[in-house]
Amino acid sequence: MTDTPDKRFTSAPPSGSWTDFLYSAKFRSWVSQIVVLLLLLWGLYEIVVNTQANLARLNKNFGFDFLGKQSGFDLSTALIPYSSTSTYGRALLVGFWNTALVAGLGIVFATILGFIIGVMRLSKNWIVSRFALGYVELVRNVPLLVQIFVWYALVLKPLPGTKQAYTFFGDSFFLSNRGLLMPHPQFGPGAWLGLAGLAAAITGIWFLRRRARLVLEATGKATPTFWPSLALLIVLPLLGLLAAGWPLTWSFPELAGFNFKGGMTLVPEFIALFLALVIYTASFIAEIVRSGILAISHGQTEASQALGLDNSKTLRLVVIPQAMRVIIPPLASQYLNLTKNSSLAVAVGYPDLMYAGGTVNNQSGAAIEVFSIVLVVYLATSLFTAAFMNWFNSRMKLVER
Amino acid sequence: MVAFVRTQDAPVAPPPANMTGAWAAAKQKFFPTPLSSVAGVIIAALVAWVVWTLIDWAVIRAVWSAPDRELCNAEGAGACWPYAFARFHQFIYGFYPVEERWRVNIVFLLGALSLAALLIPSIPRKGLSALFFFVIYPVLTGILFVGGMFGLTYVETTQWGGLMVTLVLSVTSMVASVPLGILLALGRRSTMPIVSLLSTIFIEVVRGVPLVLVLFMAVNMFPLFMPPGVNPDKLLIVIIGMALFAAAYMAEIIRGGLQAIPKGQYEGAQAVGLSYWKMMGLIVMPQVIKIVIPSIVNHFISLFKDTSLVTVVSILDLLGVVQSSFNDAKWASAQTGNTGYFLLAVVYWLFCFGMSRYSQFIERKLATGHKR
Repeated sequence: MTDTPDKRFTSAPPSGSWTDFLYSAKFRSWVSQIVVLLLLLWGLYEIVVNTQANLARLNKNFGFDFLGKQSGFDLSTALIPYSSTSTYGRALLVGFWNTALVAGLGIVFATILGFIIGVMRLSKNWIVSRFALGYVELVRNVPLLVQIFVWYALVLKPLPGTKQAYTFFGDSFFLSNRGLLMPHPQFGPGAWLGLAGLAAAITGIWFLRRRARLVLEATGKATPTFWPSLALLIVLPLLGLLAAGWPLTWSFPELAGFNFKGGMTLVPEFIALFLALVIYTASFIAEIVRSGILAISHGQTEASQALGLDNSKTLRLVVIPQAMRVIIPPLASQYLNLTKNSSLAVAVGYPDLMYAGGTVNNQSGAAIEVFSIVLVVYLATSLFTAAFMNWFNSRMKLVER
Repeated sequence: MVAFVRTQDAPVAPPPANMTGAWAAAKQKFFPTPLSSVAGVIIAALVAWVVWTLIDWAVIRAVWSAPDRELCNAEGAGACWPYAFARFHQFIYGFYPVEERWRVNIVFLLGALSLAALLIPSIPRKGLSALFFFVIYPVLTGILFVGGMFGLTYVETTQWGGLMVTLVLSVTSMVASVPLGILLALGRRSTMPIVSLLSTIFIEVVRGVPLVLVLFMAVNMFPLFMPPGVNPDKLLIVIIGMALFAAAYMAEIIRGGLQAIPKGQYEGAQAVGLSYWKMMGLIVMPQVIKIVIPSIVNHFISLFKDTSLVTVVSILDLLGVVQSSFNDAKWASAQTGNTGYFLLAVVYWLFCFGMSRYSQFIERKLATGHKR
């Protein structure tokens, strides 16, 4: 039996032939990438050529000058001055602010409602927890669009006309089929003093809370901060306004003919969209809050009870701060969802960005330009929100040694 | 030094009187703390009121049979059920020709059977049912719905509508989104910079914009991108838009699953000499799919709800058909809208709740494989 050594260990490494390069992972990866890129460029080229041909056939030009042209349509509600003589660009801006309004308010109220439902879901009381479960299962399994229509049709349409409007607080709030009308504050010159008072109050509250924390850490004695903060928040701006000679007047809504004049209007479309967004998103937030709280070990609750904290303090000081770390990332994506879902405003005709974009497209026919603008705005909003929530999340993260 | 050692057990004391018996149990359950008791009573009253209002409207005051809208328009009338009965077929088939509706029925029946075969764990031969449902069934559905071959009359997609369109939209985008999503997720995690960049851009852009915008863009811009003279079908464009939208979300779900697979699995597969696609197809993906099935079902639920959005680009899906029937001169009444929306909410709820129950069931079933 001859002991021939394995050739793999004795022979020289195979001499590099040019085909080795062809089989290398690096070469193959670059070839496939270049193929993908070429396919993409070819697709883009086809799209550009086809679009040019189609636009030429339809006698349209690509360009953004339409933004400066007069729009010629009205929008039912606008936060910045707008009329049918304003430009297309202005209409889109109005839409953007309306989206910001409904999304901003929606996020605040959906968070509050969601936290309440989420905590209720964990209540020891059978009625309360079952109700929260029923709410979640009922609301999140019906499409948001159906809910918007339900609120719009069932709740707001049967409201009385302007002549028979419900009034609250002695003719200052009206609820009718034109929406909810409220007094509108109007600030005269010198009102900046009120704002300065507000700024001073916020600074004061910050110092108050800081001092309370330092005292708590040094002596273990809790100083009440809630009522003093509230007092500061009310008193200082009022003082500022008083110092300026009360430059504040209220514009009250008044019935003039068939419609109201003055005041501030929340149109029914806004109310329907807002209610549906809040109620729908709250059901998802409730589930996030519940799972976040459940993720905190029960030992934390037991320990804080052993220290003599009552139920509300256990929840507020021990469980929720820890649960927030679990809650924030999915909460952020719910905020993004709510903002994107606010585009369903088109269905009821609340003039948000999507509705304004759609209307501008119908009037000007500049589909590619209009929808590119809308796309960029939504994308920028999403990326900005995501970046902010990432920053917030990194602040709330568990700081380990 | 121990001064006292107890030699006998302390006598067992009975539980406090207020902790035993039915009354104490009920108190624990319904009135554990003062605050929650008050909340509970208020909530119970509220729920009772809502439920009573609904029953009163849907059963007691409801109109059960009427030739037209006259009775439903009467003062104090509740739900207008005759309208729902009269329009029932339209809600399901849209404006699909009456004499061709058997084709839709066959598709519904086959779909239900193959889904049952696929979803009920105790039925064997999953591979065969999957092949049928994902490959043969879509082709069959296309042939039966569109027609124009094998002696079937051609039916334009503008005549489609109702639940049929909702199901076509949701099932197509669900089925298409899985392979597309897997490819996008692999692309995003790929080491090839161009592929990874392109996948990331696609995923993030699509996830950053609302579906309504995707649909608007698809309907308004896509025809401009086509060669002049080509007029793609609107429903087809919308299906493509929804499928791409769904794929971007699916890609992120799959990517989450890919990240949960330990690196040793990849290394093991490479060590036995598997190529990239064999490693992914035989080793990694089977584990990923198992992990992400609950998320996928949740994604399907939201996709099913999202199909209602096609109403805003005037496709007559279930929501669109029901809404368009409100203005029907024969049935337009004060209660028509309410009845229609009630019906819509119930139908969508049944589908979504069913899916979420299934997801919980399958989650429990699959979870056993991971417990140690």
